[in-house]
Amino acid sequence: MILRELSEAIGVSSAEDEVRDLIYRHIRDYVEDARVDPLGNLIAVRRGTGAVDLRVMVAAHMDEVGMIVTGYDSDGSLRFRQVGGLDARILPGTRVLVGKDRIPGVIGWTPIHLNDSKDTVSIERLRIDIGVTSKDSAQSAVERGELVAFDSRFVELGATVRGKALDDRAGCASLIALIQGEPFPFDLYVAFTVQEELGLRGARVAAQGIAPDVAFVLESTACHDLPPEDPDEPDQTTITRLGAGPAITVADRSMVSDPRLVRHLAQTGDREGIPYQFRSAQHAGGTDAGAIHLTGGGVPSAVVANPCRYLHGPHSIMSVSDFENQSRLLRAALMALTPAVLERN
Amino acid sequence: MPLNLKEHLQQLSETPAPSGHEGPAREAIRAAWAPLVDAFEQNGLGSLIAVKRGDGPEPRRRIMLSAHMDEIGMIVSDICDGFIRTLPLGGIDYRVVLMQPVLVHGRKTLPGVFGAAPPHMSRARGKYPSHHDLWIDVGLPADEVAKLVRIGDLVTFDAPFVSLRGDRVAGKSLDNRASVAAVTVCLDELTRRSHAWDVLAVAAVQEEVNLGGAATAAYQLQPDLAIAIDTTFGAQHGVSDDESYSLGGGPTIGRGPNFHPGLFKALRDVAKEQEIKTEIEIIPGNSGTDAWAIQVSRAGVPTALIGIPIRNMHTPSEVLDLRDVSRAGRLMAAFIETLADDTLDRIGWRLPSQNGDPKGAEKDGAA
Repeated sequence: MILRELSEAIGVSSAEDEVRDLIYRHIRDYVEDARVDPLGNLIAVRRGTGAVDLRVMVAAHMDEVGMIVTGYDSDGSLRFRQVGGLDARILPGTRVLVGKDRIPGVIGWTPIHLNDSKDTVSIERLRIDIGVTSKDSAQSAVERGELVAFDSRFVELGATVRGKALDDRAGCASLIALIQGEPFPFDLYVAFTVQEELGLRGARVAAQGIAPDVAFVLESTACHDLPPEDPDEPDQTTITRLGAGPAITVADRSMVSDPRLVRHLAQTGDREGIPYQFRSAQHAGGTDAGAIHLTGGGVPSAVVANPCRYLHGPHSIMSVSDFENQSRLLRAALMALTPAVLERN
Repeated sequence: MPLNLKEHLQQLSETPAPSGHEGPAREAIRAAWAPLVDAFEQNGLGSLIAVKRGDGPEPRRRIMLSAHMDEIGMIVSDICDGFIRTLPLGGIDYRVVLMQPVLVHGRKTLPGVFGAAPPHMSRARGKYPSHHDLWIDVGLPADEVAKLVRIGDLVTFDAPFVSLRGDRVAGKSLDNRASVAAVTVCLDELTRRSHAWDVLAVAAVQEEVNLGGAATAAYQLQPDLAIAIDTTFGAQHGVSDDESYSLGGGPTIGRGPNFHPGLFKALRDVAKEQEIKTEIEIIPGNSGTDAWAIQVSRAGVPTALIGIPIRNMHTPSEVLDLRDVSRAGRLMAAFIETLADDTLDRIGWRLPSQNGDPKGAEKDGAA
């Protein structure tokens, strides 16, 4: 399963090499002009039939959140900071892989017998234990600046799958599926981007290079459809629901989606019988589209996202049908995309 | 075949067996001990009792080695829309379970993970969520979960055993499978040494809830001496040196009111003679281990405690140094080899003799 390969590959923001190589192996036979730009984005063109005159970009980001080694204690434990958005509450007791050599480690935790404070500790007070016993041996095993990823296995649970980095390897897998399928009426400019988690850095550069007429982003988005903390006040923002179809973003913190594209995606779903849901939460999250739509003279942009529980954690859960419908919906929408969709009335 | 300690500990660590439900651990331990002992005995609560007979004349004196085999776990307490809420079985630290993988032992064993509202959406802002706000997500639709999971089902950590650098390993339930493995090392050593006393090796149940396994095993066996083996706090970031012991620095020997001073001294002397690295662990009162229950069994049992330092106790990623496990096993075997007819007299209490018995005076000093 390509999703397993992609989820278990390691590509913490700024070190996406392993993911990029893996993706390239899956698309090399289908694309032209494949290149890696100075930031590390993988850019390529899937030739179309030429029936429609549009320059269309589709992006998915390769990077994942993680940690970076910043120093050593005298007992050989590693100090670290986060790379991208991490909830420090999930770190104690977690298994990690350190550096290119994937050295196994665990994040330590003062036993409850000795400290039972309910206040969350900051990441500065946590340490990674790789089994070495001195600062010297830690230094020779791991350099400062090496990146740290979650050590999690991909698990198929039936209707859902569980793993790390589904944000946004699921989007990468959907984009690979689009590339491997039938060609589109136009050339499709694909960008597997870097450093999304650090502020949409790769996508901006990729879009500036491609200068598209219109752009779509395949993402994974938050899903908080757990039972409410207070049943009497069940008005928490779930953002999306698992299994209700891929989410079309209306607005998030980074962008107000182009309403013509939102309408086009929804009409496509209705026409083709592909389930979808709207993600409207304006306060939460941002995607590469937030950077892409502001490039050049402005690029009409939209996002189709997989609802994913426990984003940015070692064990996100995603619905298989939502994931499959993500590429189905975008494929059908692209097939029906014409300059008329973008006409203003 | 020589004992492969790492493989043995890995098997024990990955076996799910929370308090009161130790069956899988009992069978794994029975299989490992069977070639090393002479007989097994039953116990009403489920503790595994193995007998390794000594070569002294009958009736032989008996030493009990007690390592609890249960682990902390959870019980399903509520199911809502396919999400599963739990209550603790033993000292679960709910601050570390968020995003930890677990196994839900329902009609099928289901892999799950603990989820909760993200920090900005939780009433527990800046706090760790309580067990009430933590939900196990098995990724299945609600109707399927309803068929497969019931209130009362067990939940254990799904935490593979990992080799770290050097002799260190990480895993779940090293508290207290490390001590069970130390007893295995001891029994294995004893196949190559002669010992006069009978050895009663106990893999005790329910330590994490009420020390009930060791208490009932001690009552049943009426040992002359007992050693409890448990884990202790390993030195680590955030823990003071006074209450922790270095990984790789050797097992600890407990000293304090929970332990018989003569037995403590005898163990310490054997460690010195055999050049086995140990630390002295001062415990001013209740040790919180099986030793606390064994000491007051029937008319009282001279009891000692050997501790194996581990880091991150009661998390799914406990860490230890394998050499400490091996040392604890060798220390017990070397001590058992010294047990003789007069051992109890040598280590026991003695009133001062009215006519200045020099033997009695010496004992005062020893104690």
